Amino acid sequence: MATTDTDADADAENKTADTASDDQPSGTGQASAEDQPSDTDQPSAEAQPGSVKDQRKAKVDAEAAELGAAGTQLSTAPVEGQAVPGSFGGMRAPGVLGALAWTGREVFGWLRWCWRQLTSMRVALLLLLLLSLGAIPGSLIPQSGVDPVKVEAFKAQHERLTPLYEKLGMFHVYSSVWFSAIYILLFVSLIGCIVPRTWQFVGQLRSRPPAAPRRLTRLPAYTTWRTEAEPEQVLAAARKVLRGRRFRTHVAGDAVAAEKGYLREVGNLLFHIALIVVLVAFAVGQLWKSEGGKLITEGDQDGFTNSLTQYDDFKSGAFFDKDNLEPFGFSLDSFDARYERSGSQRGTAREFRAHVKYWQGADGKEKKTSIEVNEPLEIAGNKVYLLSTGYAPVVTVRDGKGDIAYKGAVPFLQQDPNLTSSGVIKVPDYRDKNGKKEQLGFQGFFVPTWGGADAHTMFSQFPAPDNPVLFLTAYHGRLGIDGGLAQNVYQLKTDNMKQFKNPDGKAFAQKLLPGETMTLPNGAGSLEFDGIKTWASFQISHQPGNELALSGAVAALIGLAGSLFIQRRRVWVRAVPGKDGQTVVEMAGLGRSESAKLPEELADLAVALQADAPAEPEPEPESESTDPAEGARA
Amino acid sequence: MNLAAAANENLANTSNVLIYSAMAVYTLAFIAYIAEWVFGSRSKVSRTSAALAGSTTGAQRASTVTVRVAEKGGGTAVLERPKVVTRSVAGTRDVPDGPGASGGTEKGDLYGRIAVSLTVLAALLHVGGVLSRALSVERAPWGNMYEFSITLSMVAVVAYVVLLACGKNVRWIGLPLVTTALLDLGLAVSVLYTSSDQLVPALDSYWLWIHVSCAIISGAVLYLGAVATALFLFRDRYETKLENPEGKQPSSFAASVMERLPSAATLDKFAYRINATVFPLWTFTLIAGAIWAEKAWGRYWGWDPKEVWTFITWVAYACYLHARATAGWKGRKAAYLALIAFACFLFNYYGVNIFVTGKHSYAGV
Ligand code: HEM
Repeated sequence: MATTDTDADADAENKTADTASDDQPSGTGQASAEDQPSDTDQPSAEAQPGSVKDQRKAKVDAEAAELGAAGTQLSTAPVEGQAVPGSFGGMRAPGVLGALAWTGREVFGWLRWCWRQLTSMRVALLLLLLLSLGAIPGSLIPQSGVDPVKVEAFKAQHERLTPLYEKLGMFHVYSSVWFSAIYILLFVSLIGCIVPRTWQFVGQLRSRPPAAPRRLTRLPAYTTWRTEAEPEQVLAAARKVLRGRRFRTHVAGDAVAAEKGYLREVGNLLFHIALIVVLVAFAVGQLWKSEGGKLITEGDQDGFTNSLTQYDDFKSGAFFDKDNLEPFGFSLDSFDARYERSGSQRGTAREFRAHVKYWQGADGKEKKTSIEVNEPLEIAGNKVYLLSTGYAPVVTVRDGKGDIAYKGAVPFLQQDPNLTSSGVIKVPDYRDKNGKKEQLGFQGFFVPTWGGADAHTMFSQFPAPDNPVLFLTAYHGRLGIDGGLAQNVYQLKTDNMKQFKNPDGKAFAQKLLPGETMTLPNGAGSLEFDGIKTWASFQISHQPGNELALSGAVAALIGLAGSLFIQRRRVWVRAVPGKDGQTVVEMAGLGRSESAKLPEELADLAVALQADAPAEPEPEPESESTDPAEGARA
Repeated sequence: MNLAAAANENLANTSNVLIYSAMAVYTLAFIAYIAEWVFGSRSKVSRTSAALAGSTTGAQRASTVTVRVAEKGGGTAVLERPKVVTRSVAGTRDVPDGPGASGGTEKGDLYGRIAVSLTVLAALLHVGGVLSRALSVERAPWGNMYEFSITLSMVAVVAYVVLLACGKNVRWIGLPLVTTALLDLGLAVSVLYTSSDQLVPALDSYWLWIHVSCAIISGAVLYLGAVATALFLFRDRYETKLENPEGKQPSSFAASVMERLPSAATLDKFAYRINATVFPLWTFTLIAGAIWAEKAWGRYWGWDPKEVWTFITWVAYACYLHARATAGWKGRKAAYLALIAFACFLFNYYGVNIFVTGKHSYAGV
């Protein structure tokens, strides 16, 4: 029984073996042949003076012993405190063979001992504790898997700590060696625990409920009455009543033994197995996943096609096959954004909706749909999530000769909640007024709602494009994009570029409203701000194992409910002839210590049983300390 | 401002008034609970020490169970028999529960009843406050920390009232509960207050209803469990001291308070039942959160700080449940684990929202 003391558990366990194999229905005294200790009602009153604790322990031991086999195995929890370290090899025979045999026994003994330790409840508990402790640092220190930018910032700030943290894997806690070690050990322990518990449970299902302990008065719930019905009749009726309530019953001697609530164990095992399923599903997801980002501007006809080169950034698990991406694609038709216009939350996003066209597979027929923040698009085993949005000013750049050198929408990236955005316009194909090949670069801000000249701030006042303004400054020279090295499209490398200057020598910069044109000094060309488009960025992710993880989770939940809400309990009904020719019926119940309902259930059973074994009025009041069954037997 | 917005503004104001009224009534209830403790003198017979020191049999509890059986006519009859004698399991002390804060005195009991009535009234106002808030924002009332807080304490108090209505002996939680409800509301209206508004798109999903409501219910009920656990630790120490008459004895004040609480075994069982009942709900909260994360962000698990702390809390409660099934960890050690687990919940709620930034940090602190 899960509630008794260690030692008591241990020897109770040893006893079950005998009683389980001993199929003989044991008589009243027989089941507790081993229960030597005191026969009195007050075992600890007799205990010699000692500490209170000793007395209590003595009492516990005596009581546990008295329950004998009846109290054991009310769960499949492993028995604690048995594995004793020491030398397992025993005597060492002389000679090489003897040494080999001894070493073998020793190694095997130690292995078995380690295994026992690892699969004990105590170590499982310890590992669980370690798991929760180990998860803490990852929530407080930036993680490279979650936010690499923050990790860099942290490293720059904490120069002394960084090397130590790096050694400990603090920037990727959840894939670090030590964290993996904890959960792998835990799951090994879990498997090592489930397997024997399953066999044990099967054994319990096959054997019968243990016979009644000698003294039912010792059990947590007890009732008794006298009846005119014959003992056999009472027992038969009791069996019927108990069976009617789906107890497993079995007659042993002068008592019916019954047990119910085995589903608790099923639930518990299901729960623990489901945990393994969830872990496996998680691992599958990590190893075979892929995840990439793509920014698309409204109306951009090319959109996105699922191939590696099309991604702005791409990550994948160790086993993901990058050469076999599913064929599909999509483009952004238009984007709706709505922001709160008043109140303290002014400017907070209220709705984002991307209207997209998508195609899939070989035939590639286009369909229309929309993607929202909580509603991804599912195509070909991939999901397309809407991540963020921003503005792309549309510009036309003319070169020194007045020819169009660049025309298009250029995405600017958000800098603050009101979508003040910064960006770069690169013009690689440009000729100056003399026809000489050169390159242009523009750098600046886009502000969707400019506060006006009086606002004394360049920052946007509201995220919607109510009063859009583009502030730009311009460079010429070499962009440095020909070198073959990938370059960030949102940054301008000005190492090899010269900024355009005003005649007064100050940097040339200009504020543009839509439709306005910025004319570069000395006839170097112009940039026209044609209008604004919205862009949206998407995350395209493929994560296998989701269904498996969900099934595991649901199974765990069901198992857990069974494990925690179903009570496993035993009921015994004993009927023996009393002194006066009447039959003494005794009923007792045993459950886990937490079960509240046991007394009520026992009373209900008793009421049901009294239909067949009606209670007779009590004879003359007996002295309180007398055990009724004792009296009956005497 | 249009008509609907004005109506919402009105409702929001109503909500604030109701919350402030609830706080006023909680204060009265608090005073009444104190009065119950003060006027409920120590019971004449010190039952605990008697049970511990005197009879070592102590075994049989007088409590009996009577059964109601439905009669054919439809009425019910109470059968006097069979009497079921209950007896605690080997290894636990056999101590009767204390008489409660009123100490069995009439005067104390009167104040106790007043306190409970006031708590019920305050709970009604509180529920009204949360509902009108929900109506004013036209969504679930848990889009930010202010709303989360007022709902959390509401659920805790309602759970307490429901337990009382079911005839459970839980009046002893009243004082600590009302005290913390007041603290929570005070913090909510002064520090966390956010005027009512709609949600950012990321929160706008029916999983909000499911996930967050489960989180709130779990937290509120686990709080009751944590209070019982803390009281268990005190009461257990008290019983240990009584058990050993030669050692240091509790002070008369401590004795007066402890004597009136339920026995350590009862408190422990109560805490276990609460925690074990809520654990599956918390598990579900975790799963629902993962499903929502999968819908919103494309991965069901990303080690975001909020996710991590939900997980830590879950593992900590699993530790507690395991500890209770492990020899050498039952009792006090398991109780400490339960308190640590609840501390994890609290940190997840306050600490992570305030100190740690992650994907969940739009809670509008
Ligand atoms: C790794 C080794 C593990 C072992 C040896 C183990 C063992 C057990 C055993 C024997 C029980 C039944 C206790 C009883 O019937 O009294 C149990 C219950 C339980 N286990 Fe585990 N378990 C392990 C891992 C886990 C893990 C990883 C979790 C989840 C976090 C977990 C959660 C639970 C829960 C919630 C219960 C129900 C507690 C109750 O019945 O009171 N276990 N475990």
